[in-house]
Amino acid sequence: MAERLLLANIVMLNSIAFYILAVITLAGAVAALTLRNLVHCALCVAASFAGIALIYLQLDAEFVGFAQILVYIGAVAILVLFTVLLTRGTEVQAGVAFLSRSWPAGLAVTALVFAAIAAPILLTPELHKLAADSASAPVRKIGEELMGNYVLPLEVIGLLLTSALLGAVVIAMQDKKD
Amino acid sequence: MTPLTHYLIFSALLFCIGFAGAMMRRNAILVLIGIELMLNAANLNFIAFWRYGNTEAISGVMFTIFSIAIAAAEAAVGLALVIAIYRHRRTMQMDKFDTLKG
Amino acid sequence: MLPIVKYLWLIPALPLLAAGLAALLKKERRASAATLAIGSMSISFLLALAAFLPTLSHGEHGVFRECFNFTWFEFADNTFQSASTVQLGWVLDPLTAMMLVMVTFVGLLIFIYSVGYMAHDENFTRFFCFLALFAAAMLGIVIANSLLLLFISWELVGLASYLLIGFWYHKPSAAAAAKKAFITTRVGDMGFLLGMLWLYSKTGTLLFYDGGNGCLEQSALIKLVAETTMCGMAISTAISILIFCGAAGKSGQVPLHVWLPDAMEGPTPVSALIHAATMVAAGVFLMARIYPLLSASADPATISTGLKVVAWVGSITAVFAACIAVAQNDIKRILAYSTVSQLGYMMLGLGVGGVAVGMFHLITHAFFKALLFLGSGSVIHGCHEEQDIRKMGGLRILMPITFATYAIGMLALCGFPLLFSGFWSKDEILASAHHWQISQIPFYLGVIGAFLTAFYMTRQMFYVFFGSPTVSPAAVADTKAKHSHNPHSSHSHEPATSIHESPPVMTMPLVILAVFAVLLGLIGTPAWPWFHGYLAGHSPKVDLGKLAEDAGLMLVSAVVVFTAMGLSWLVYSKVTLQKSREVDPLEKAQPFFWRLLANKFYIDELYEVTIIRLNKAFSVLSDWLDRTFWTGVVTMISHLTVGLSWLSRKIDEDLVNGGFDHGCDGLRESSRNLSKAQNGQTQFYFRVLGIAFVALVLALIWRAK
Repeated sequence: MAERLLLANIVMLNSIAFYILAVITLAGAVAALTLRNLVHCALCVAASFAGIALIYLQLDAEFVGFAQILVYIGAVAILVLFTVLLTRGTEVQAGVAFLSRSWPAGLAVTALVFAAIAAPILLTPELHKLAADSASAPVRKIGEELMGNYVLPLEVIGLLLTSALLGAVVIAMQDKKD
Repeated sequence: MTPLTHYLIFSALLFCIGFAGAMMRRNAILVLIGIELMLNAANLNFIAFWRYGNTEAISGVMFTIFSIAIAAAEAAVGLALVIAIYRHRRTMQMDKFDTLKG
Repeated sequence: MLPIVKYLWLIPALPLLAAGLAALLKKERRASAATLAIGSMSISFLLALAAFLPTLSHGEHGVFRECFNFTWFEFADNTFQSASTVQLGWVLDPLTAMMLVMVTFVGLLIFIYSVGYMAHDENFTRFFCFLALFAAAMLGIVIANSLLLLFISWELVGLASYLLIGFWYHKPSAAAAAKKAFITTRVGDMGFLLGMLWLYSKTGTLLFYDGGNGCLEQSALIKLVAETTMCGMAISTAISILIFCGAAGKSGQVPLHVWLPDAMEGPTPVSALIHAATMVAAGVFLMARIYPLLSASADPATISTGLKVVAWVGSITAVFAACIAVAQNDIKRILAYSTVSQLGYMMLGLGVGGVAVGMFHLITHAFFKALLFLGSGSVIHGCHEEQDIRKMGGLRILMPITFATYAIGMLALCGFPLLFSGFWSKDEILASAHHWQISQIPFYLGVIGAFLTAFYMTRQMFYVFFGSPTVSPAAVADTKAKHSHNPHSSHSHEPATSIHESPPVMTMPLVILAVFAVLLGLIGTPAWPWFHGYLAGHSPKVDLGKLAEDAGLMLVSAVVVFTAMGLSWLVYSKVTLQKSREVDPLEKAQPFFWRLLANKFYIDELYEVTIIRLNKAFSVLSDWLDRTFWTGVVTMISHLTVGLSWLSRKIDEDLVNGGFDHGCDGLRESSRNLSKAQNGQTQFYFRVLGIAFVALVLALIWRAK
């Protein structure tokens, strides 16, 4: 009885954790895209990424969650921060609109897109019936899959990353003529 | 337990925030951040479906892993482009980048 | 098969090769051209002798005959079950061998003579090229075992004859004569060609002898005789009469004789070679060759229609041409008409007496007529291109060798009894005509012809060789003036009065020919008819009794000849001594007949008003049709074409081009509009993407329902 209660509590706590994390993530995202100061934006988006990483953990996808923390918070967010600093994006120019001129149209399209995504979700009854078993994606299994079934995509990704890095360096490199 | 639809709605909200940001902000860095958020929303969908579907088949997880890798590459190239453009145009305003118009 | 049969083709091929090489020589290489022609002809002569020897022995089957045949080409279709091929080949039999020897020998002598006669002609090289070509073609006719090969050579002979008659083509008369000869013989050749095609369609072969399958052999003849065509004629007869048309054209039989006298415009050796000795004899040879076809008839006892036609045409020609010859004044023209007349005799002999009779006269005639022509050439040469006998005279002293040889030729032609070959051959023709079952008229015509021949030849002798030399210096000067425009007459630098004997290169052939003109008669006398035996394939015996059998006829013939010569002597011996020789005594006596004869019975004029006028009318009609009717049609068509092309242009420019331009404009306009969508605003693209995404979702939802 007590065990059942404990389990129910854990499940409920789990759910509550999701909602809290969801709120943090969305708030971070909204803040990231609405603040004027780009440094603040970068920090907020890092918070948002962290929220998503925790949701991955909450969904028992530990490997993905830690990968998310490493890649997004450790690399992408820092990269964004560096870019902001390199481009003097910190200097907030007063009197200059931070939204593009056609933002109302963008807002309308966004609303339409949300409706287009949400409507199928809400209108599909099968989705409600799906229940989550206790499951995990052990790192060992992921490793075996990466070296087995997915070895070719892994190689291609390796190539892609290499060329992307080289490309990024070449593009961002200071031209001698300038 | 939290129903799947909540995750999906959350993911949709995150995607739309990213989308709105990418569409409405003038600054090129924030457009990139919006796109990163959209990618994260999609990744979240993969994981949620994996968790609520057949957990033995881990293709959802694998997809997410590859997606994260590609996102990293995309971020690196995209931000390099931003720096290059800034160096030439001394601006980050998206609506000034219209050299390729028809 | 004897090797000589296999290599018989070399005999015509060598002169042909010589002609080809001579054609490539430069004008100045005169000696080379003559050497080539004479050398090739000598080798051909030796080969001909080599071919002649085996034919002397005849096997148990009668005549010696071997042939070499090969397929020229094959037809794809099977009109004839047995034969769908065209075969060519050559044959060696007594007829061929004898002709080969005659043609090569006479030809060789004439070639040698030409070296002297044409010595001053600047186109000497070309002349020998043509002569060799002619000899090659003629020998081709002789050896042919296929009517087709014979026809090919026949036409080549016609070509060579055209080239040689028109050798001095800058003379309008020579050019016209060449054309006349060519066209007139073509008329006859049309018949030849039709006959040949008919023969091929009936028998499927054009080979004469082919081991029993040839068209002259028993199986084909039986088939041809069995079928009849219009007027109840056997097909064999109809074909042989058609082929006779060709022979008549080439051998100058009435009514196609008109070209032969005009052909005397060519150089004299040409006249001798072509128009006396060989080519004109080709027609007679052709008839001798197809004699089995000609004489084939359903009932062996009766004489075939073909033979009758040949005999009648021959006898009429003999008298007809002899009549004209009486009233001619040109030395070569007299000989030309005499040739026509003698060819008539040959045809007559062939028709009434068979191959041997006709061919014997052909051979003897070839020698004495070549002799006469070469003699006349010598006379003309000596008299500075003068050809009018009235302006000559007394040449027997100035040109003794020419005179002696010419006299022998003349006596042979007249048929002077016993000594001369012409007597024996002509007598045999008359004898055969006398024994002919159908009619005696050819015999009488022959006798009249013999009388006339003796008469006009004596007349010519008197004019040319007897009497006083009338070629005055003034006349020579006149001649000189007449010929001074002629670059070939290179005598103008010589003294005018020097009428001279010809060089040995010209007289030597005369002497050789004269010897043969006498001796050849001995191989065909009734007492020892070796020639007939040779052609028929049996050995003759010496039988003087035969001589007695024909003695009556010979006497008649001799009397006729003597009378004619005497009469001629009476008429002309005095005239030739007079200074004025312009008017002939016969002309004084019978001006009307004289004019008729002098104008050759107005045959040319008759053709002028009939055939040529008809032709002219046709051409005027054609011209008119062309100008009015056909021009209209053509103009209409061209207008139609112009209209169509105008329409086509309109369609092209307005419809096709216009449509295309319009389409292009539209395309450009729409792409300009479309390119406005590409405004470079990335966030605009985002919005479009979003809307597209919404649309996609809606479409999927709608599809799912």
